[in-house]
Amino acid sequence: MTSMQTAENADIAIDIDNLSIHFGSGEDLVKAVDQVSFKIPAKQSFGLVGESGSGKSTILRALAGLNTHCGGQMLLAGEALQNERSKAFYKKVQMVFQDPYASLHPRHTIDKILAEPLAIHGLDNAERRISEVMEQVALPTKFRFRYPHQLSGGQRQRVAIARALILEPKILLLDEPTSALDVSIQAEILNLLNRLRDELSLTYLLVSHDLGVVSYMCEQIAVMQHGKLVELLEVDEHGESHAQHPYTVQLNLASKGYDREVIGQFIDHD
Amino acid sequence: MSDLPNSDQLLHIDNLNVEFPSVHGPVQAVRNVSFSMGREKIAIVGESGSGKSQTGRAILGLSPGNVTADKLVFDGTDLQTLSMRDYREIRGKRISMVMQDPKYSLNPVMKVGKQMIEACQVQMKISKKDAHTRCMDMLEAVRIRDPKRVFNAYPHEVSGGMGQRIMIAMMLLSSPDLLIADEPTSALDVTVQLQVLAIMDDLVKERGMGLILISHDLPLVASFCDRILVMYAGRIVEEIGASELDQAKHPYTRGLLSCLPSNASKGQPLATLQRQESWLNSSLDAEGNLV
Repeated sequence: MTSMQTAENADIAIDIDNLSIHFGSGEDLVKAVDQVSFKIPAKQSFGLVGESGSGKSTILRALAGLNTHCGGQMLLAGEALQNERSKAFYKKVQMVFQDPYASLHPRHTIDKILAEPLAIHGLDNAERRISEVMEQVALPTKFRFRYPHQLSGGQRQRVAIARALILEPKILLLDEPTSALDVSIQAEILNLLNRLRDELSLTYLLVSHDLGVVSYMCEQIAVMQHGKLVELLEVDEHGESHAQHPYTVQLNLASKGYDREVIGQFIDHD
Repeated sequence: MSDLPNSDQLLHIDNLNVEFPSVHGPVQAVRNVSFSMGREKIAIVGESGSGKSQTGRAILGLSPGNVTADKLVFDGTDLQTLSMRDYREIRGKRISMVMQDPKYSLNPVMKVGKQMIEACQVQMKISKKDAHTRCMDMLEAVRIRDPKRVFNAYPHEVSGGMGQRIMIAMMLLSSPDLLIADEPTSALDVTVQLQVLAIMDDLVKERGMGLILISHDLPLVASFCDRILVMYAGRIVEEIGASELDQAKHPYTRGLLSCLPSNASKGQPLATLQRQESWLNSSLDAEGNLV
């Protein structure tokens, strides 16, 4: 029986079990995440959608060790995560942030930005690794000794992805990786992420408010509202997800564009 | 042939240019932009840096750059010959602008109500009491459920969607003829975004306003506006009726539509936009060929 269980667990990259995250206390208590559970199989893309304040980024930050959680547990490949994260954890799990204008050190060259994780983890062959990872994310070598302000938004996001990939992680946490970018640049970054997932057998946890992006990228979608997971959807090969919950249905309608009749019937879910 | 625009024309722009000086010579942010509009909803769409916001600012006389135009006529008034003082009579009163982010456009240390009353008194020279009633009416018009609470709140105490509604309410105090909305909803959640657009839509219909919506979201404006102007590198490369967007001829417009994830099939790579050097200066002819 135990062998079967381990075999099952081995295929689950991330297991979020009854996770709760609260901020404040007494009257000001905010249940940012309220008893959320889901499992992400290895090599899958899992999408978290919801409006601002629904708790989707908080889950991601908790996984990355940027928030402490106060209930339930998070398991990484079957092992429970403690509030303190080890170096080995960050070798396996890396994060890409929303705003490429804010997430790169303005006074470090791209070379220095990419060399830093290598120095922290004591990896050798920095020269080779940096040029390899820049090739992976399709950044021309001429950018290597430039500063972030000399790059466009899309190029900066490629640097942020390269910085995450240089440690050869298994799991990428993506926090709205394209919402600060124009649609044409978004397409390039999404294509890049899909290609890298195939090539490097990565597992993605993608947070986004854009249902179109998540349906295109992910096999499974969790819809969050007010810290609760309201619906777990499987996306079929056509990118359709057949939502049932009224909130998800409304979200779906809203992403279809402006229709005065439909909007008149929107309910404020708060 | 008279120079006066016909009466249903609210805004007429001919050959608008905005230039910024730089160490590498002047940068042309807006190049030869011409369009006219009546009391309708038009959209200016383009990517960042395409000059769409600069066009909006130039109309209001708020551009820091060097603005030149053959014609810049608003409701029979030539905006270029106005003195600063006369421009202020139009700005805010007859042409209003809603900015992108309420967080940066509202005064953070002043209660919402006080800001609104101030705007009211400057623009309309009415008593404080009348201003108060008018502000409450406007807050109700943009469907804020508890106007009293919002009136007495500071900007940080309201949500993003609420903040944007306050901005719109403020811009509508003086019943402007033309509302320029510069990405009014891009900081908002999808459902709230649509609700805010619905408020503007109703106001355009009820009051016969003209609306210029500046946005980067092509499918959204296609479902919302009557006409779309697509800008690329400072120029209008295509003007198209919103319902005919699927028949867009310019490769840039078509490229923007095809790189949307919702139009792609799962598992297939998204189409990416291959920018052509020729788009910078060529225009569409009647047959839809670039010349």
